[in-house]
Amino acid sequence: MILDLAGFIETERVYWEELRATLDRLSLDSEARMTLEQVTRFHYLYQRCGADLARIGSLSTRPEVFDYLESLVARAYVELHDAPQRSRFSFWRFLAQGFPQAFRRNIRAFTLCLLITVVSAGLGAGALALDYDTKTVMMPFAHLNRTPQQRVREEESAKHDRLAGQHSTFSAQLMTHNIQVGVLTLALGMTWGLGTIVMLFYNGLTMGAVAFDYIHAGYTPFLLGWLLPHGVIEIPAIMVAGQAGLVLAHALIGWGDDTPRAARLRLVRADVFTLAGGFAVMLVWAGIIEAFFSQYHEPVLPYALKITFGLAELTLLTLYLARAGRR
Amino acid sequence: MTVERIASVTIETPEGVSFSYPLAGPVTRFAAWLIDALVIFTILSALSKVVSIIKPLTSGVGSAVGIIGYFVISIGYGMFLEWRWRGQTIGKRLLKIRVMDAEGLRLSFQQIAIRNLLRAVDSLPVLYAVGGVAVVVSRHAQRLGDMAAGTIVVRQSRSGLVIPETLRTGKYNSFAAWPHLVARVRQKAPLDLMAIAVNALERRDQFEPERRLELFADLAQKFREIAAFPDEASAFLTDEQYVRGLVDEMTRVRRR
Repeated sequence: MILDLAGFIETERVYWEELRATLDRLSLDSEARMTLEQVTRFHYLYQRCGADLARIGSLSTRPEVFDYLESLVARAYVELHDAPQRSRFSFWRFLAQGFPQAFRRNIRAFTLCLLITVVSAGLGAGALALDYDTKTVMMPFAHLNRTPQQRVREEESAKHDRLAGQHSTFSAQLMTHNIQVGVLTLALGMTWGLGTIVMLFYNGLTMGAVAFDYIHAGYTPFLLGWLLPHGVIEIPAIMVAGQAGLVLAHALIGWGDDTPRAARLRLVRADVFTLAGGFAVMLVWAGIIEAFFSQYHEPVLPYALKITFGLAELTLLTLYLARAGRR
Repeated sequence: MTVERIASVTIETPEGVSFSYPLAGPVTRFAAWLIDALVIFTILSALSKVVSIIKPLTSGVGSAVGIIGYFVISIGYGMFLEWRWRGQTIGKRLLKIRVMDAEGLRLSFQQIAIRNLLRAVDSLPVLYAVGGVAVVVSRHAQRLGDMAAGTIVVRQSRSGLVIPETLRTGKYNSFAAWPHLVARVRQKAPLDLMAIAVNALERRDQFEPERRLELFADLAQKFREIAAFPDEASAFLTDEQYVRGLVDEMTRVRRR
């Protein structure tokens, strides 16, 4: 026990104040870096204050001194035990290596998302085939509730560009809306994956119903020309969001894994972050293509060109995700 | 299943020093969020004004900038400020709370991004109901975003130390003439009695007068039972002066 507490404080507070001043300076700038000499001094102050905290810990008479020292030591601990110096974020490295590598590391989750989407699309198409009246339930969007004939006639006979001067706005709306859907799909992974599965299922159900509607009416080229250019990026992007959500869910549930939950979540954090960045980039691209390209139909743009463009994108995306960043 | 909630998180450093962070409660966090929501609303209102001015001049680009700006500010406000201000936003600064790594380490941008992205689920169905329930029932008062990101929200400890008046008066101390008795009290007095006496002296002005008299009478009696000082040392001293003089003298001994 420190009996001469007042003397102890008088002697030590100069070190405490020095450490506090250093910490305050560091807290003002997250990019601040210390020289070797400053780090050495900082470490000394941290150790000295840590020792003071240990000494004063047994003395319950001065809680405010204890709190103060504790906060200093805690703040200094954060600074000293920071993660190793990370290299600066490089968007190019993220695209060329980080994202495709994270995608492949979690390919099983993506496969499950693909399966859910395909099955739900099949169910959507099947439901419409059995009972066409379900269309209004499965496609609660006004522009999808017209008949394919009406839509194709309107689009192919348009005399002027409906989106003239509105491409940027439409593109921005698509990007932000789709990224919000992606983020929600990811975030719902924290509902043990149930919310993510529901989002993917609903997405697939609607897609299947729309596809059936147009194919059944004999407008397959229109459908492919309309959806492929942006859909081959947008739909996989939502599945990547689902992949991130399921990775999160798997870590949360931890089937057959004795590692503590916090440690499991920590292990997948980098991949979830990278996948989130990846699907956001994909959806920005899809938003641009949908606003500036997908909405133009024959005779302005031949369907063959649009379908070829879509297939080329799909091939490149597949190659990118399968091959990029391999060592 | 019941989860035992804790009021603070304790970290033990490799050097063997332990320290703890008091966890922020749901009400404080909600209040901080309300302030941040107000700040975001103000920024978005300003953005809306700017967009309405540039819109006629830029065709559709002005609206696109507005839509993207709205989106980036809504999602990026928390991320940007928590990154630049090491776990704080304006609301958190005002209410003196901070986001921290659950193991006491520095926050990484990944953690900040994930906890902010997962607001999408925490804010469901309205007003952060899911996140609020999670904060109330989780052991470390974490919303779902905090769990995924490995973060906690703590109350910020005081940043300054106010040293109260020291015990020493610099005046003549009658107990100084009886060092062997002072040494006996030092040796025999239980640690908790010393602690209570020092605490009581430092906070004596905060007590009700009657409680103050009772407390020091009680303490003085306890010290008298350990060692009886001659009348020359203690005559005409109130109980409080007795305790103060004795403790003052006892805490001086090591300095000599």
